[in-house]
Amino acid sequence: MTIPVLEITNLHKKFGEVEVLKGIDLTMQSGNVVSLIGSSGSGKTTLLRCVNLLEDYEDGVVAVEGEQIGYKQHKGRRIRLKEREIARQRAMTGMAFQHFNLFPHMSAIHNVMLGLIKTRKTPKDEAYAAAEGWLDRVGMKNWKDHYPGQLSGGQQQRVAIARAIAMNPVLMLFDEVTSALDPELVSEVLAVVKDLASDGMTMLLVTHEMQFAHDVSDTVVFMQDGRIGEQGPPEQLFHNPKSERLAAFLKNSKF
Amino acid sequence: MDYDFNFAAVWRDFDILLSGLGLGLVLAVISIAIGCLIGLCLAFAMLSKKRSIRWAATVYVSVFRNTPILVLILFTFFALPEFGINLGKIESFIVTLSVYSGAYLTEVFRSGLVSLPPGLREAGLTVGLTEFRTKILITIPVMFRRVLPALGNNFISLFKDTSLAAVIAVPELTFYARKINVETFRVIETWLVASLMYVIACSIIAAILRRTENRLAIPK
Ligand SMILES: Nc1ncnc2c1ncn2[C@@H]1O[C@H](COP(=O)(O)OP(=O)(O)OP(=O)(O)O)[C@@H](O)[C@H]1O
Ligand SMILES: [Mg+2]
Repeated sequence: MTIPVLEITNLHKKFGEVEVLKGIDLTMQSGNVVSLIGSSGSGKTTLLRCVNLLEDYEDGVVAVEGEQIGYKQHKGRRIRLKEREIARQRAMTGMAFQHFNLFPHMSAIHNVMLGLIKTRKTPKDEAYAAAEGWLDRVGMKNWKDHYPGQLSGGQQQRVAIARAIAMNPVLMLFDEVTSALDPELVSEVLAVVKDLASDGMTMLLVTHEMQFAHDVSDTVVFMQDGRIGEQGPPEQLFHNPKSERLAAFLKNSKF
Repeated sequence: MDYDFNFAAVWRDFDILLSGLGLGLVLAVISIAIGCLIGLCLAFAMLSKKRSIRWAATVYVSVFRNTPILVLILFTFFALPEFGINLGKIESFIVTLSVYSGAYLTEVFRSGLVSLPPGLREAGLTVGLTEFRTKILITIPVMFRRVLPALGNNFISLFKDTSLAAVIAVPELTFYARKINVETFRVIETWLVASLMYVIACSIIAAILRRTENRLAIPK
């Protein structure tokens, strides 16, 4: 049995007094594509953000490639890793955000190169060539010298995805990457994600695009009040939902 | 008005007025550079998770923003030696102006930092940068561009404040103007020339700042 790319065990997360993740278990093998669906506030984003420690978690274990993210056990107590260690772990995964979050003061290609140069210590000319290759992959090579402010939302999102995958992560995290886009720009971004999925990239994605989740995932996870309500292959979840909640959710999401 | 204008006496000493103007500029540049460092640190302190750190920064800003700069100048030069801190008049003035501008720039930088989308820092972290490098490479450069107009205004206002250094005999423009005035009694000419020199210098600085803003502007 190979080490899972992602293994989440009994994950608990609180914001102040409010528990928003109430014991999540999730395992992903290399090449898996898992979609998180569920109503607003069910904890999808928070779950994703615990994987790269943008949120701390109180209890349970998030492990990427067998390595616990953010903490280690020391004399029976859990202690937070040092800043540098956490930075290294974060670079094991890549993330694309709802609002792209490109670096506005850098051109598209420099957005992609930054992590390569600063984190991966890739020489500049190599980083440039690699960044150019990734921008080509997402159809943005001709825009490489444009700044984020000069690009459409769909174009920015494609650059942001290139920035993340250029780091060669073992796992990509996508948080509703199309929900801030005008409807006519959604398909160009989904096409890029699909292309990466078919290429064998391991991905965990949050989406409100049910058809897309249906087409791209091996496993769909329905989140409900900070717990996993139901999970399984897309055919089963979308066509034979076990719970009333999921059935109602799917009806409301016009699937 | 029966006043015979005679600029000869002022022209004769024009070079020392110019040297005074130059010193004022140097004092302003050094002070705002140190003030920027103080302001940056305190701006991050203001946004710290630790209450005691936020509190310390707030106290600093309130104290120095609510004391007239003239009082600060006199305090640093005349009162600090009583505590065993002896500074030359130029050093003493630089310390005062740096500390004072630091308080104002803290507010400038703090509001610049809170205006940034939180996702910017997070994007830096997700490509594997530490918090510190995210600040250096992303947050501060983006914030800096946003606050450049405010920074420029502060610089001009600090440059004008260098005229107050005359009270502790720092040989800048106002100090020399007063000296020439006393020696020649050409009251109107002296102060007219000094005023014009400030106006022209400030206009040139403003023009340079505008060009810098345009050059550094994030393309849209
Ligand atoms: N920084 C925060 N501080 C306090 N509460 C938060 C914070 N972030 C999220 N929450 C709360 O945690 C719960 C889960 O939020 P989360 O963003 O994970 O939901 P989601 O499933 O991604 O929803 P959506 O579909 O709207 O994006 C919500 O009740 C939300 O209000
Ligand atoms: Mg969300």
